[in-house]
Amino acid sequence: MQMSGAQMVIEALIAEGVDTVFGYPGGAIMNVYDEIYKQDGFEHILTRHEQASVHAAEGYAKASGKVGVAMITSGPGFTNAVTGLADAYMDSIPLVVISGQVPMSLIGTDAFQEIDAVGISRSCTKHNYLVTDASELPRILKEAFYIAASGRPGPIHIDIPKDVTAQIAEFDYSKPVELETYKPTVKGNSRQIRKAVDAIVNAKRPLFYLGGGIINSNASEEVRQFVAMTGIPAVETFMARGTLRYDDELLISMLGMHGSYAANMAMSETDLVIALGARFDDRVTGKLSEFAKNADIIHVDIDPASISKLVNAHYPIVGDVKGVVIAMMELIADKVNKSRYESWLETIANFEKLHPLSYQEEDDVIKPQWVVERIGELLGDQANISTDVGQHQMWAAQFYPFTRARQFISSGGLGTMGFGFPAAMGVKRADRDRVSINITGDGSILMNIQELMTAVENKLPVINVILNNQYLGMVRQWQTLFYDKRHSSTDLSAGQPNFTMLVESFGGVGYEVTTKAEFDAALKDAVEKNVVALINVSVARLENVMPMVPSGGSLFNMMLASKEK
Amino acid sequence: MADARRVISVIVINEASVLSRVTDLFSGRGYNIESLTVAPVPDSKYSRLTIVTSGSVRVSEQIVKQLHKLIPVLKVYEHADLVEKEMALVKFPSSESPSDISALASAYNGGIVNVGEETIIVMIADEPKRVSNFLNLVKRYHPKEIVRSGSVALER
Ligand SMILES: Cc1ncc(C[n+]2csc(CCOP(=O)(O)OP(=O)(O)O)c2C)c(N)n1
Ligand SMILES: [Mg+2]
Repeated sequence: MQMSGAQMVIEALIAEGVDTVFGYPGGAIMNVYDEIYKQDGFEHILTRHEQASVHAAEGYAKASGKVGVAMITSGPGFTNAVTGLADAYMDSIPLVVISGQVPMSLIGTDAFQEIDAVGISRSCTKHNYLVTDASELPRILKEAFYIAASGRPGPIHIDIPKDVTAQIAEFDYSKPVELETYKPTVKGNSRQIRKAVDAIVNAKRPLFYLGGGIINSNASEEVRQFVAMTGIPAVETFMARGTLRYDDELLISMLGMHGSYAANMAMSETDLVIALGARFDDRVTGKLSEFAKNADIIHVDIDPASISKLVNAHYPIVGDVKGVVIAMMELIADKVNKSRYESWLETIANFEKLHPLSYQEEDDVIKPQWVVERIGELLGDQANISTDVGQHQMWAAQFYPFTRARQFISSGGLGTMGFGFPAAMGVKRADRDRVSINITGDGSILMNIQELMTAVENKLPVINVILNNQYLGMVRQWQTLFYDKRHSSTDLSAGQPNFTMLVESFGGVGYEVTTKAEFDAALKDAVEKNVVALINVSVARLENVMPMVPSGGSLFNMMLASKEK
Repeated sequence: MADARRVISVIVINEASVLSRVTDLFSGRGYNIESLTVAPVPDSKYSRLTIVTSGSVRVSEQIVKQLHKLIPVLKVYEHADLVEKEMALVKFPSSESPSDISALASAYNGGIVNVGEETIIVMIADEPKRVSNFLNLVKRYHPKEIVRSGSVALER
């Protein structure tokens, strides 16, 4: 069928089953917005900043497992969106981001709102396209969705000049994607799998190291079975939270810089690391030469470039975690001997007893960790938890009782302040039956505060819980520990808005909380009213995230507690 | 670990932007490309890039894996046992002895390819080290201009 480039974009999005597009219009993308106006196949949600469009699409993608879609204009629209692309790239989130571009005839002339968008996005996307002819659009759009979601997922950017969206060409979306040069390995090598299984059977102190790839691969059910069947203990990365239930006896906790003492000690003592969809990030491993020093390493990952990138794998397996885990379970079924791990599990239990993840309550002030635990007690499985970046983020990862994959949505790789609120809107959009909570800080929340308008207007009742320490707390913590308490530009006590007036001016509801009772009342009220909310909780100002592996230190050398008055 | 010289061949779909995708992987890691040649692979939609670089084993392994990950990349060869050739064009003043220069060039798989009123141009094709030797040797004939092509390589 003959149609304009702009119409093709709409038809392709509908054919891909897209029900929500987050975006912001402008000159170069107007032809597409004109077609959005005429259609009713999906809903367009106008955010109030392009960065938020992309973060919302990320939240939507992470919560739903589908490809998130964002639409923006050229020039500043695109540059505003770059942080979102980079964030999605680092955390392997499948997105298709479509930007307008100046007409072909003006490209390269420093035209109004012209920027070399594909030049900028090249290093922070899985792939990108500059469309030079409308006849290419059906193929490119179809490829984009396929590449975004397959292999190691990631963001795809499509830049479309304005004249190409006006150009008429043939639209045929039925042709299958044919990419001779892109064939991600999905099925793990069976000989390698067999060898790895032998290693598991023979290990004395094996340890599962569970990463975010499990969630991307929708493999958490299989991994839960595998762990239960083998009786082997497990640690989770930040990105993998929720893979195992928080109360699973074999789950030690999160490992890494702010992981638990027991998780990090287990990693230091294990003789076999079974890494599933994890990438040995520096925030996880600490000092590389000391990481899992006593262990052989099985590394299952869909991305060959992640294997032996940082830590040499003795049993490298390139493939989709889900299929590999199923194959491993079949091979191992009649070989497990759980009693074999008795003393290993006892060792770990002792680590847990020695230094459990904990905090000291105080009478006159709320501890931030308590707030996280309390949300867990009150809402538990009923909430999806997004976060911003900082101390509050780490406390959320440490203390929330996660019960399922895709429950925890946070910016791991890029650590983007301002991610949480728009992401939580995307989460709400994808999973409307659950409460969408954004655990945030007094610094981070102001980085995309304009989204109050989007949330109110589009009835996306996100509850933002501000753990307000009147500091850029995480940076303050490092200054305290490593810069002799010189709190350079991190004290926000003289820079606090009236959060309640702020949110109410947008049509949401604000709560000021200084006691536990007030917190309970505020959260219950916000959930009941089902409104966009800011719950501003005054918390202990100088609390530090502990335990901690100082940057570049070894996992077994943790700082365990510190108090500052 | 000492940095070693490496020759990498990359087969890519012949399309706009593919070259910058490849070179970005090097520049993004602060790695210099010593030489780079590109030409279409006959009777196909592909091009072949030959890249000479130097770096630690770990980093070059990473680069090779990242190259594989680029969507338009079909194949990557990191050569170990290879035949490698490079071409050079050198312009001399015609006042220098053509017969001496010609004799020397023929020892490096080359000869005189152009004779003008004021200059003569010589072409040679040989291993990169030998090309360097040649360029050293001909200094005494006062070359006015030198162009090296960069390497092309085939696994033995
Ligand atoms: C966009 C961006 N800028 C700067 C940083 C560096 N940074 C990391 S945590 C942090 C402080 C965050 O403060 P707040 O949101 O109040 O959280 P808290 O640590 O106090 O819980 C900063 C500035 C970042 N991660 N992202
Ligand atoms: Mg703060």
